[in-house]
Amino acid sequence: MNIMKFRPLFFLVSSFMLLVSVFSIIKWNFSFSEDFTGGSTYELKLPNTKDDSVIKKIFSDNKLNIRSFQKSNNIYTIKFVDITQDQKLKLDELFKKADKDSEILQFTSVGPSLGQELIRKTIYAVILSSISLLLFIGIKFSDFSFGGGAVLAMFHDSFILIGAFSLFGHFFGAQLDALFVTALLTTLSASVHDTVVTFDRIRELKRKHASLPWVELANQAVSEVIVRSINNSMTIIFMLLALVILGGSTTRWFATALLVGVICGTYSSTGVAIPLVLLFKRKNSLK
Amino acid sequence: MNHKKNLNLFYTLLGLTFVCTILNLPVKLSLFNRTFYRPDFNFKLGSLNIKPNTDLRYGLDLAGGASLIYNVDTSTAKSSDLSSALESLKLNIERRINLFGVSESNVQLSKQGNDHRLIVELPGVSNIDDAIKLIGQTASLKFMGIANLPPEATATATFNDVFKDTGLNGSHLVKALPVPNPNTGAMEVSLEFNEAGAKLFEKATKEYLNKRIAILLDDQVITSPTVSSVIPDGMAVINGSFDTKSAKSLSAQLNAGALPLSIKLMSQSQVGASLGKDSIDKGVRAGLVGLGLVALFMIGNYGYLGFISVVSLLIYGLLTLTIYRIIPVTLTFPGLVGFILSIGMAVDSNILIFERMKEELRAGKPWNLAMELGFGKAWDSIKDANTCTIITGLILFNPFNWQFLNSSGMLRGFAVTLLLGIVIGIFTGVVVTRNLLRVLASRKKI
Repeated sequence: MNIMKFRPLFFLVSSFMLLVSVFSIIKWNFSFSEDFTGGSTYELKLPNTKDDSVIKKIFSDNKLNIRSFQKSNNIYTIKFVDITQDQKLKLDELFKKADKDSEILQFTSVGPSLGQELIRKTIYAVILSSISLLLFIGIKFSDFSFGGGAVLAMFHDSFILIGAFSLFGHFFGAQLDALFVTALLTTLSASVHDTVVTFDRIRELKRKHASLPWVELANQAVSEVIVRSINNSMTIIFMLLALVILGGSTTRWFATALLVGVICGTYSSTGVAIPLVLLFKRKNSLK
Repeated sequence: MNHKKNLNLFYTLLGLTFVCTILNLPVKLSLFNRTFYRPDFNFKLGSLNIKPNTDLRYGLDLAGGASLIYNVDTSTAKSSDLSSALESLKLNIERRINLFGVSESNVQLSKQGNDHRLIVELPGVSNIDDAIKLIGQTASLKFMGIANLPPEATATATFNDVFKDTGLNGSHLVKALPVPNPNTGAMEVSLEFNEAGAKLFEKATKEYLNKRIAILLDDQVITSPTVSSVIPDGMAVINGSFDTKSAKSLSAQLNAGALPLSIKLMSQSQVGASLGKDSIDKGVRAGLVGLGLVALFMIGNYGYLGFISVVSLLIYGLLTLTIYRIIPVTLTFPGLVGFILSIGMAVDSNILIFERMKEELRAGKPWNLAMELGFGKAWDSIKDANTCTIITGLILFNPFNWQFLNSSGMLRGFAVTLLLGIVIGIFTGVVVTRNLLRVLASRKKI
């Protein structure tokens, strides 16, 4: 199976996805959740409420600016600025007055300084993960071509995931929150995970057939592991799809982020990491 | 000989699975008009209390409850006293929460740069607003004489019949200190009152000589020492059966008639119990559907081998749930996602192995040899690939509580189930599957 002849196609696909990501991030930025920005969220059940304006009026009367207002089956999700406990108690009372069966399903309020902290910690975590994985790959494959290929593929995946969430944020209201960070870090490792299996196979073949050119080794390795790679991703995708569809709203976007990460990771080990290794190897042989 | 070893391992695994299955049964099971109770498996190993029978622990987001983050105002404390002030603050908050009757609360101090935080987690509390009020309020310290009631009146006595206010309260206390008795060396708690307090205390000790005075914190009796002499100088000693720790904690509590440092609520998250239950139901349903799809996929792709891997996947699930109970792991919703994700990842090692086996079979090797080679060769890949996930999992879990990394329960919940999932997944994927194949398939295919 001569998969490596599709390298120009892989290059196009990856470039396209990266460009879309860059475009979306520049044009639409991200929609950050209150985990990052600070703010409050109510999830309210108001079974007797027919008219949304009654609820909206409670907020405007208290001079609280509503950032987003969503409703499904009498469950309201309302986001606004962060408030004190006293203000919250007052709102609770007003909700009770407006609808005697009102029930608070969830309430969060995050101060703005905590958001700053989360951003800082996230960046540290991503840096620490990247360095650790880089070290691991460096030790595992003392060959720069492999290490470089794996790390670049890893950045490729995480960038596309970030870009995807900029798009999802614009079109479907997905938000970057603490769980997104978790999904991002999991993607880093899933990406390297898959690449390492393929690289292992190339090195094993190289030991057996030292004289074969790298392209042929790569082709053979990919055709040997691609079934495993796809099958394994399929099992994870089944699990995540089940979560996205059936898992409820709390973790829908978390599971979606993991899903995007896993799909990217599977594609990038064949479509990005190996073509890069071949590129590095060709440059070396020209010297 | 080798076959016998395999059989032994097989029976061990069978036994383990049986035990895990029983542990994961509901406590009470009604079947055919009869009620079955789950047998008790708790036991002691040395000083360790092992309780595999405990129920799964759910985090705030699944059980309902609240997580509160307070900012501690440290500007009033001298830097030398800061750590003891923080410790006594923590003790106070813990005591107030215990008054509220929360069983698995968690109070934690954390430092961010120059800011000190107090993180309070209250799982399973429904009236969170009351809890917030109770935590933030100023505690009241009171000294009350205990009236000697005639025995026939005790049954109908009210609080005010028994406890007589002496007028002495927390505002009169200068400080309380844990001190060793100069003669016996036993730990005692010394109290020092201000001038007004000394007068009130003298009066109280006169009135209640040879009777008892109760010390109440938030209307709860902490201790009720007997007055042995009239004390005019405003200095008193409470002795009793204290050790160093309890003497320290009592003096911290006394010192904190008011909170030693003021706190301000900066963030809160409340989850109603009904939402949590809904989340569990949805998560479990998604997990079961996903598991079914994976099982169909594996059997469809690998036939008999796939079936064996589904069996070890079920063992994986049972084993993981049992370990959650033993450790115990507090299951959050992201943790549930981690568990569900890890089911998908656990079959990875089997897929790696089976694909290797297929290659060896294609190369003309006999089935048994192909199987052993498949396991042997795939092991390297399994090891390397999982190392990456373990590295990331550890960074998410932040085991050393590094301040610059996140330590929120949500992320940790995910990391811990993912990490456990990988380790247990390698065990069931390699050891269990290989053993099942060796024992169940070897003779058939020779």
